[in-house]
Amino acid sequence: MTTPDVPTFPMNRTCPFSAPPEYEELRTDTPVVRVGLPGGQSTWLVTRHEDVRAALTDPALSSNRRNPGFPLRAFGLRVTNDFPQPMIGLDGAEHSASRRAVISEFSVPRITALRPRIQQIVDDAIDDLLASGPPADLVRTVALPVPSLVICELLGVPYADHGYFQTRTAKIINRTTVVEERQAAVVELRSYLDELVTAKEREPGDDLLGRQIRRQRDEGTEDHGSLVSLAFLLLVAGHETTANMISLGTLALLSHPDQLGLVRDDPATTPLAVEELLRYFSIADAATARTATADTEIGGQRVAAGDGVIASGLAANRDPLVFERPDELDVTRGARHHVAFGFGPHQCLGQNLARAELTILFDTLLRRVPTLALAGEVDDVPVKQDATIYGCYELPVTW
Amino acid sequence: MRISADSDVCIGSGQCVLTEPAVFDQDDSAGTVVLLATEPDAAQQDAVRDAVYLCPAQALSIVEE
Repeated sequence: MTTPDVPTFPMNRTCPFSAPPEYEELRTDTPVVRVGLPGGQSTWLVTRHEDVRAALTDPALSSNRRNPGFPLRAFGLRVTNDFPQPMIGLDGAEHSASRRAVISEFSVPRITALRPRIQQIVDDAIDDLLASGPPADLVRTVALPVPSLVICELLGVPYADHGYFQTRTAKIINRTTVVEERQAAVVELRSYLDELVTAKEREPGDDLLGRQIRRQRDEGTEDHGSLVSLAFLLLVAGHETTANMISLGTLALLSHPDQLGLVRDDPATTPLAVEELLRYFSIADAATARTATADTEIGGQRVAAGDGVIASGLAANRDPLVFERPDELDVTRGARHHVAFGFGPHQCLGQNLARAELTILFDTLLRRVPTLALAGEVDDVPVKQDATIYGCYELPVTW
Repeated sequence: MRISADSDVCIGSGQCVLTEPAVFDQDDSAGTVVLLATEPDAAQQDAVRDAVYLCPAQALSIVEE
């Protein structure tokens, strides 16, 4: 039951760059706290860096979205379906088998090999930006097209269909989407990918989905439904998250000219800046949700079997015990121990792809468009306060 | 210092490779961790400790001698 002294989750960021102000007090006074979710469900919220790392490596905490205690309501009303869960919803050996099938696709050496093609995609997007302004919307010209095209080529999804999957993804991640609309978006995207996987099963090409089909055939483990779930996960996670980091990262650098100067003047700073921007925004704050399947303890707090847990990446990444002056953007700080990609066995599969895209994007954008500036005020930028993945809907820029 | 890596636990995040590419690599077909050296020299040891801390799967461990 929610009582007046139980804080409610999610809590709002108060400006594009801030964490919810409640996090600071919670981290100090009640670092593992009961919070109420919309609709009356309650869950534990974990806010310290050390506790978030511990929670996300605790084998008593399950990622299965179908556990009754899973804090789904943090993400808006969810539909129920019986599609095979992708790896983000699996635990233990089942999760390991599912992830092992694809980890080589996202290894550091494989992603390094993709860099020249990512550079071309970024160059083309910046050409489009320059041709459509000034002013122009960076989200429409650069932030969404770059990661969408990269993940389409990697998976083997036709980029011509980007309008179809981008609009449905936007509905799925928006917390305010009504349940019927979310259901329709999930079913439509799923059936689109079902047909695509079927076509690839007839003629598997040299792309991630084609390689998975051939591997499954070699191993005698053909599983159409799981492959559709994998495609769904990688397509949605592969474009929306990086798109938001491109737009927010650009917004942050344009609003902190001293920090922008450090990146523009020395390309060696860019990888550090990318880690700092990932830490600073922690766009998938509540994605690290779990349910206890056995009694356990987090940061000294007893958590009972059946309880939901949200390990807040944003709160952890603003923990002053771990990051000095955590609310300041400091592109030279070593921030690689952030948990913006999560922690534990479910840590983001695509993290090195995201790092490569962001590094190439910021390096290229800041040098090719040295006079880039916000067209308007920071406070007028429409941010995704209502989405489970934080970002901006538009970023008007000029030069 | 001696390092051991458990490739059964490894999830291929590549954090170790980003931290000390002279000591850690990823297998091309499996994607999991490969040790290029099991006894890192003095100049590599701080980075190896960082890699142990950063490994999300806790697949790396250090045996101090």
